[in-house]
Amino acid sequence: MKREKINQSTPESEAALRQELVEHFREKRELLRQQWVQQMNAKGLLAGLTQEEIENESITIYDTCIVCLETGEYEGAQTYARRMAERGVLRGMTTEQIIGGILTLRNVYGRSLFEWYQQDMERLSAALDIYEPVADKIISVVALAFVEEREKVVRQQQEAIRELSTPVLQVRDQLLILPIIGVIDTHRARQITEQLLRTIRTRRAKVVVMDITGVPAVDSKIAGHLVQTVDASKLMGATVIVTGISPEIAQTLVTLGVDIAKMNTVGDLQGGIEVANEFLGYKVVRTEPETSLNHQEKKVQ
Amino acid sequence: MLVPILKQGDYLIASIQSELSDADLLKLRDDLVSRVGEFHSRGVIVDVTVLDVMDSFATRTLRAMAHMIMLRGAETVIVGIQPEVAFSMVQLGLKLEGVETALDLEEGLTLLDHRTKGDNKRAR
Repeated sequence: MKREKINQSTPESEAALRQELVEHFREKRELLRQQWVQQMNAKGLLAGLTQEEIENESITIYDTCIVCLETGEYEGAQTYARRMAERGVLRGMTTEQIIGGILTLRNVYGRSLFEWYQQDMERLSAALDIYEPVADKIISVVALAFVEEREKVVRQQQEAIRELSTPVLQVRDQLLILPIIGVIDTHRARQITEQLLRTIRTRRAKVVVMDITGVPAVDSKIAGHLVQTVDASKLMGATVIVTGISPEIAQTLVTLGVDIAKMNTVGDLQGGIEVANEFLGYKVVRTEPETSLNHQEKKVQ
Repeated sequence: MLVPILKQGDYLIASIQSELSDADLLKLRDDLVSRVGEFHSRGVIVDVTVLDVMDSFATRTLRAMAHMIMLRGAETVIVGIQPEVAFSMVQLGLKLEGVETALDLEEGLTLLDHRTKGDNKRAR
């Protein structure tokens, strides 16, 4: 009965054909699923999964895809892909494994359609018209879910690194140390400056030693940020001493023509702290140690 | 909004109480510059703790005021710039060149003591 409607591309016939495809895939479910799992195994895409997981996951994915075909709604696939991505990232599954798996499934579905309609090219073509957009959409949904998940993890890690990497330490009254380690970008520069200014206020600091030994490279933008930090601290009444400028960074700064004339610079952190001590009127005097450090350690034990 | 100007020994202290309009700022500038001569003050402290914003006009006026006061023989210290204000000022490229800044009133007084004593020594 359905075969008579082949050439009419009316909405009814398309819906009917869609339903036919869905029924076909449901009917052949076990067979096609086994094929799919076998092919994935052959490609080594299932490494690290237990037999039980493979069974469960493959059934769920298979059914989810059919639901997408039947209803044209991708929310189920989206939710599932996101959940899979979360777990996948946790377990170190590669994107290649996931995308490869979905591509293989697409292949299995496609081939079964070819077999099913091999006698009737027109009907096959109509079926592919329905099937292919759905398959494409599923792949893009899954790929997007994975990319989003990765990006989320990257963002979280960046946030964690930022939180960790900008301590402002007080060494003595009115003297702060700000060791900067790692690459500085605009966001981080802003955070460093804000944190430094807040600490200057709460600790009533007058001198800040900013050590940039751990900064690998400086460009004009970063140099601008450093100058801003120095200027902002000055507005709060604190002097900044910059230490640990490596030969390369010194060269870059001079080549870029950055206005560093008004920056106080000292070779290394030790020198910077000595200058700061002098500025604040501290004098460090070496005396005979009362007890050796080793002795103290023993006492503590 | 009028800014009270307090005389404290050799110093004048202008303690800003609320956000100021441009006209208020100019009035403050004129008042301070004339009072410096009147009281033979050696230092001026402008407390901007309550200001949440320092725009280019305010910055320019304060800088000009400091230079005028310097010409009349006194030092100026701006105190109490908040971290957020300081940060937005440098981002906007606003600078208080040639003007001393200090954390708060106490630090400002210490700074002025230090500076004016130095001046006296030089004068002798």
